[in-house]
Amino acid sequence: MLSKRIIPCLDVRNGKLTKGIKFEGNVDIGDPVASAKRYYEDGADEIVFYDITASHEGRAPFLDVVERVAAQIFIPFCVGGGINTLDDMRAALNAGAEKISVNSGAVKNPDIISQGATAFGSQAVVVGMDVRKTPVSAKMPSGYEIVIHGGRKGMDMDAVAWAVRCQELGAGELCVNSIDADGTKDGYELHLTRMISDAVRIPVIASGGAGTPEHMYDALTQGGASAALIASIVHYGEYTIRELKEYLHGRGLPIRMSW
Amino acid sequence: MLAILEYKAGNQTSVRRALNALGIASAVTADPVLIRQAKGLIFPGVGAAGQAMRNLRESGMDHVLRETVAARKPLLGICLGCQILLDSSDENTTRTLGLVTGRCRRFESELREQDGRPIRIPHMGWNSLRRKQPSPLLHGIPRDAQVYFVHSYYVECPPELTIATSVYGREFCTLYGRDGLWACQFHPEKSGAPGLRLLKNFYAYCTEHTHAE
Repeated sequence: MLSKRIIPCLDVRNGKLTKGIKFEGNVDIGDPVASAKRYYEDGADEIVFYDITASHEGRAPFLDVVERVAAQIFIPFCVGGGINTLDDMRAALNAGAEKISVNSGAVKNPDIISQGATAFGSQAVVVGMDVRKTPVSAKMPSGYEIVIHGGRKGMDMDAVAWAVRCQELGAGELCVNSIDADGTKDGYELHLTRMISDAVRIPVIASGGAGTPEHMYDALTQGGASAALIASIVHYGEYTIRELKEYLHGRGLPIRMSW
Repeated sequence: MLAILEYKAGNQTSVRRALNALGIASAVTADPVLIRQAKGLIFPGVGAAGQAMRNLRESGMDHVLRETVAARKPLLGICLGCQILLDSSDENTTRTLGLVTGRCRRFESELREQDGRPIRIPHMGWNSLRRKQPSPLLHGIPRDAQVYFVHSYYVECPPELTIATSVYGREFCTLYGRDGLWACQFHPEKSGAPGLRLLKNFYAYCTEHTHAE
């Protein structure tokens, strides 16, 4: 049967690996290519690169990282950050990525999802959703809203309604990132993850908040997620990917244990 | 040298990168002369069957594929390539190459995962292989190895050609063929060490086959 995926996420700033809390106070923590290779060898099922400076600065150093990664790791990887046009998508795919993640770009111009799906196939188009808790209202029935620009701007859009719309437009996968949980290591936002995974039939990746292997287990069971995105929990050497996978496998989840 | 067929459908460069890492020379090409000189041909692809068939016809690459099979040059189809070698695909109700008996169907939306939940489509991620018969392509690959899939349509082909199957809501063929005409639904170029081993095994077969001629 299909394995649950464990996906380390590498935030890259000016070509360097970085990590912040709730999208702020980022510090550089190493070389993204070396980290990607280490995670690949340690059993990562997929890798996500997020260019957190892309919206403000040039993309050239980042595409260079993508090319260097593609020459060394032979599992799927996804590239996001500052992707707004078909040309941006094409550049990332040509540099060696399998998938591209659109986020703010899709919120501002939803057609980019269908254009990307038509040009490169749905499997190549991941929609990353940055989501923040908000009071339940007629406009925001799920109690979660979409934010953009790295969590800086609310969009007055209901998160679950947006997830369904993304699926209709041809997204192949959704990465649901909780701004409230990001970097806290207090656990994934399970209620949000579950609402979205119940509302769509495409795979959902839970993101934001992983601090323990139990958190990941919860996201992949109660949360209904097909994959768990992780960052802090592995970047600082607290756990290896193998250790996380051994835990999840030991609790009976389908996990790829041979690589 | 292995040729990788260029026809505007996706992941040719990923396959080339994987072969590079194995030290196997390759060229992404649509040049029939170069393809004839190659020890074997890899036919990758992502995207929709209808569009891919149009691209193949417009570029004349459908003939190159037929010629390759007729000349018994080793061929490995990957993902969409695996689907297009068959007779037909339900995707865009497309008549495909018909080089191998079989057809391609869409995953039925009522199928359920082992935990009882409806399957999500595409079938995206790592799954294991159930071996149905031996093949040189699987030489040295651990039995519990998993491989990476991304597809919404699955292959049906005769049991005598089925080398391995996988289960996602149903059991379906994921590796088929014999005697140098093979295809896999999964992406060996994205399946880590087991996938690289399969590509290496294909190249080894190509090299031996060339010597035998």
